[in-house]
Amino acid sequence: MASNAAPGDFAPVIRAEYERTDLGDAKLEDVQRKLPLAETLWNSAAFRKTLILLGLAMIWQIYGVWLDNPMIFPTMGETLSALLSNIANGTIPVRLLATLKVLVVGYVIGVILATVFTTIAVSSRLGTDLLSTLTAMFNPLPAIALLPLALLWFGLGTPSLVFVIVNSVLWAVALNMHTGFLTVSETMRMAGQTFGLRGMRYVVQLLIPAAFPAILAGLKIGWAFAWRTLIAAELVFGVSSGQGGLGWFIFENRNLLDTPAVFAGLLTVMAVGLFVEGVIFRFIENRTVRKWGMQRG
Amino acid sequence: MSSQETNRLDRRTASRPAQDAEPSALLNINGVTLQYKTPDHLVTATYRVSFNIETGDRFVLLGPSGCGKSTLLKSIAGFMPPVEGDIALKGRKVKRPGPDRAMVFQEFDQLLPWKTVRENVAFPLKINGIPNDEADRRAAEMIQKVNLAKFLDVFPHMLSGGMKQRVAIARAMAMRPDVLLMDEPYAALDALTRRKMQDELLTLWEELRFTLVFVTHSIEEAVLLGTRILVLSPHPGQVRAEINTHQFHSSNADSPEFAATCARIRGMLFGDAATAH
Repeated sequence: MASNAAPGDFAPVIRAEYERTDLGDAKLEDVQRKLPLAETLWNSAAFRKTLILLGLAMIWQIYGVWLDNPMIFPTMGETLSALLSNIANGTIPVRLLATLKVLVVGYVIGVILATVFTTIAVSSRLGTDLLSTLTAMFNPLPAIALLPLALLWFGLGTPSLVFVIVNSVLWAVALNMHTGFLTVSETMRMAGQTFGLRGMRYVVQLLIPAAFPAILAGLKIGWAFAWRTLIAAELVFGVSSGQGGLGWFIFENRNLLDTPAVFAGLLTVMAVGLFVEGVIFRFIENRTVRKWGMQRG
Repeated sequence: MSSQETNRLDRRTASRPAQDAEPSALLNINGVTLQYKTPDHLVTATYRVSFNIETGDRFVLLGPSGCGKSTLLKSIAGFMPPVEGDIALKGRKVKRPGPDRAMVFQEFDQLLPWKTVRENVAFPLKINGIPNDEADRRAAEMIQKVNLAKFLDVFPHMLSGGMKQRVAIARAMAMRPDVLLMDEPYAALDALTRRKMQDELLTLWEELRFTLVFVTHSIEEAVLLGTRILVLSPHPGQVRAEINTHQFHSSNADSPEFAATCARIRGMLFGDAATAH
């Protein structure tokens, strides 16, 4: 058949046709089998992260014991007991609550302003220019750098802190929100318009949910900025209406050379950060972008 | 119904120049020139295109890429005002998008990912002031008609491409539009699914008798789905011909007549004298 074909010159090899009418029952032993326990555990991100945390804690404890100088570097045990006693005597909860109150006020104002700015930005070209110019100016500026000015304008107290937090949240959230709006597909926009969606309803019922993954990313970044900025601001001055926050707690205890309490304060800052990221934002993600298939993982 | 239909077909087969727009037609496209700007060019998509669409037509805009067929459909939808000529639906000039001209797009992301199948279909109804329970009822009914009753409360990302397009059709039809605009809705589907969807669309039309404007670059799809085909030539898009294809169904898609019609259109589009009957 291929006898007269030149080398490298392939002709199709003709074979007999066949057709199966009776496919019978496919006999497979396991169509689905459970993975071994070790593999299931190793597949869980929570399990792997717990292992890493335990490892870090062990290194910390060993180094602390070896150094044996609680004023410079307390062991994990000393830190935990300082943390527990400060929680038990109500100091940390009260300080934390004071900080969170300021944070929530600043965060909410910042997010509302960001929404207003972004809505203006998507409704006109001049608005877009305004937003991009302002974000270009203020986003790279550490909000904490505005604190001296804020103190001059609003005095020593909550309003100054709120002003600084609003600045740290506003630009990051507005930038992400605007990017999110811009990435909404042309098809989805046109679909919305054929339904008769216009104006504010178009923004609220189409653009915001469609851009929600980017908006959520902005909210997370804004939260992290706000939290960092607030703790830093409280380190500079903590006495707001007689009651300092968590940052002030850290600063006070450093002055008292109570290093385990300083560590306890830092741990609390981290714990709040982890809680907001891992529980609150995770919850929102599960209820929205993950459920809608707009974000994987 | 059938005598009415013959009447309409008779009226239409009587040759008439496309320019004298019949005010009685459902949709009048009269001397429409469409242009759009790219960063460095002004592109003329269609040049003085005229045609009429009657109620109950399955009107196909057919042509190679660059003939402006999609642009023309977007203009009918109200997204793009003509630089010359005008488009009128029921005698009223089309100015902006609206629920009387529902549109089904090629892209699967036309469904809103944050709404379930039922919510997606009911959403435009609710926006247009139809009470919630009535909207939900109509949505469920239309989803039933596109054979997705089992998927009422599923989010779009869990559906296959063909199912998403069915939802988009249900959503458009639930609005009870004057005309259903479809922009290459099956182009992104695999061949087997596409064929099935075409049959389903014809079945749905038999049941509901809506007016359809369908854009495609597939000659076979045009001949199978259309009652009348507007053949457009490219660069810029101009009307090459209007052809009747109401006699073709999926049952005679294998017939020599079907093949001959396809060949005739192919000849028009590619200027091949041998295939043009």
